[in-house]
Amino acid sequence: MFNLIRTVELALKSLLLHKLRSGLTMLGIVFGVFSVIAMLAIGEGASQQAQEQVLKLGATNIIVRSVKPPRENAGDRAQNSFVLRYGLLRADFDLLSRTIPTIEQAIPIRELTKPCRYLHREMNCRIVGCTPDYRDVNHLQMAQGRFITDEDRSRKDNVAVLAAGAAQTLFQYEDPLGKTVKIADKRYAIVGVTESREASAAIGGSMSGQDYNNDIYIPLETMRVRMGDLDVDRRTGSFSAEEVQLNQITLRIVDKDQVVPTAAVIRESLAYNHKNPNQYSVVVPQELLKQAEQIKIIFNVVLGSIAAISLIVGGIGIMNIMLATVTERTREIGIRRALGAKQSDITAQFLTETMVLSGSGGLIGVILGLLTPPAFEGVKWLATKFMLEGGQATSEVGTMFLSLTPKIVWSSLPLAFGISVGIGVIFGLYPARAAARMDPIEALRHE
Amino acid sequence: MELAAQVIDLQKHFLLGTVTVKALRGVSIDFPKGDFVAIMGSSGSGKSTLLNLLGALDRPTFGKYIIGGNDVSIMTDDQLSAIRNKMIGFIFQSYNLIPQYTVLENIEVPLHYRVGSSAIGAKDQKWIEHLAQMVGLGDRMDHRPYQLSGGQQQRVAIARALVNNPEIILADEPTGNLDSATEHEIMEMLLNLNQEGRTIVMVTHEPNVARLAKRQIHMKDGVVAGTGIFPG
Repeated sequence: MFNLIRTVELALKSLLLHKLRSGLTMLGIVFGVFSVIAMLAIGEGASQQAQEQVLKLGATNIIVRSVKPPRENAGDRAQNSFVLRYGLLRADFDLLSRTIPTIEQAIPIRELTKPCRYLHREMNCRIVGCTPDYRDVNHLQMAQGRFITDEDRSRKDNVAVLAAGAAQTLFQYEDPLGKTVKIADKRYAIVGVTESREASAAIGGSMSGQDYNNDIYIPLETMRVRMGDLDVDRRTGSFSAEEVQLNQITLRIVDKDQVVPTAAVIRESLAYNHKNPNQYSVVVPQELLKQAEQIKIIFNVVLGSIAAISLIVGGIGIMNIMLATVTERTREIGIRRALGAKQSDITAQFLTETMVLSGSGGLIGVILGLLTPPAFEGVKWLATKFMLEGGQATSEVGTMFLSLTPKIVWSSLPLAFGISVGIGVIFGLYPARAAARMDPIEALRHE
Repeated sequence: MELAAQVIDLQKHFLLGTVTVKALRGVSIDFPKGDFVAIMGSSGSGKSTLLNLLGALDRPTFGKYIIGGNDVSIMTDDQLSAIRNKMIGFIFQSYNLIPQYTVLENIEVPLHYRVGSSAIGAKDQKWIEHLAQMVGLGDRMDHRPYQLSGGQQQRVAIARALVNNPEIILADEPTGNLDSATEHEIMEMLLNLNQEGRTIVMVTHEPNVARLAKRQIHMKDGVVAGTGIFPG
């Protein structure tokens, strides 16, 4: 009865008669489909990024961190004194590592930011007091020399391992090995330099985004002896001090399945030592991973709804134009009916036109969608070049944006295209039926 | 004598608000094969209504319309479409070509709605080209209607009316929009078709055009008022 290819060809012919109108009508669907694909790609990229970062923390790890409480409710004693005492205790470390059998490895860390000097060059570094296991857990690669050893710990030696960034800033073209760096007026022999390490983005409430490249690692015991637990900050007109024993304890659990139950035990054990649970937080990457997946689902639903709305708006645009087209072509409909077209033929004709319109819109949208990743790179390039000072992101959002790479969700391509054709059918049906129901005599008389 | 079409006591009533308008009040005409009838009458005489019924665009309120042995008065909408496609070739006063289609594509349109056979094959293509040449548009087959004169457009319409080999050709004021030279051309063409054996029913109010037909039927107030040429 009707030949499909010929029908599509003739539909194209009618649409090409009004190129601008057809193009503008298509635009709604183009953007709808494009936004579906682009949004899913960005969502997927963000979620993969989050998952990778969580996995970097280690799926079998539990991280317990000290949290600095706000000054006014820091605790009973601290209220009256200058010294703010908070955070994890060495007693916590002993308690956890000795009493919980599912903990395989426990690494205590103490962090302080101190000015470091080499000759005339000075910078503020994060001094990390740690144990040899720290390297293992954080997958640090040595560029030169060695990491901290147990011997360093027991002898409380003044040795330091520099992160790549710190080594670069302080020593520039010199070889730092064997030289000394002055940290808080005490000299430390440099025994190693690590490869640079990717910055972590903020995860959860307690892990803020961190740049590890300006770290200096020293043995925990050395740090305790040389710097003590008390960190005094003197500035003109103000004086503050805080006493922290440990900033973080990284715990490695023997088995993946044991992580969540162990975390519960850890929370209970810590509550035993601390009255105020706001002084520390327990970060379980596995839980974060679950959260990330849930967030991804919510994200996808929200993005999907936005895209769906834009597709519906596109569909309404198509319907509007098709209704106008049907009125405009009333006479043509009359002619066709006189020449033997059945109502179903007229319906098929206008439905085909709508579907060709929305389908080609969908196709263009898919192509634009495929261009999302390179286009996103371009936006990032422009942002680093013109908007960010020195090409460095200053805020966490900026860091996240710069490290985000959209990943095309391949299943979204046929999905979005299918939806666009479906929109054509749904929104084309009414105008097509309206055309088919016209009285041929009236239609022929139409001017 | 074999009949191409036949109307028996045809009536058509329209409901305008609460008033019933009887546009046709019992018309009976036989159309033998090879006939060339001119239907004349002033406006409101019912000739347009008769033409719509003859064209199977509408169903009569009472009476019978038989074409090619089929009673149209009891058909469904789809069946009417099939009858229009297979049995009737339309020629309109204002040509009624599809503006975005070329000459060949316009001639092709009725073939799209053929019952049964689907795709347009090489044989159909040849037939379409033959018709275009026959009406003298062999060198303009890819032109669009706006590139053609009125007479040329009407010739395309004639070719289109012939493409499905209809039982009768219905011409509604075929020369109404044309100058006298072109009018002559088109009438010549219709006369030739009639001589080849085609049945033509033509509505016109121009006596000099009607004179060319084999017989004339005058309509008045929904009935046949007489036959032959009325001078004036």
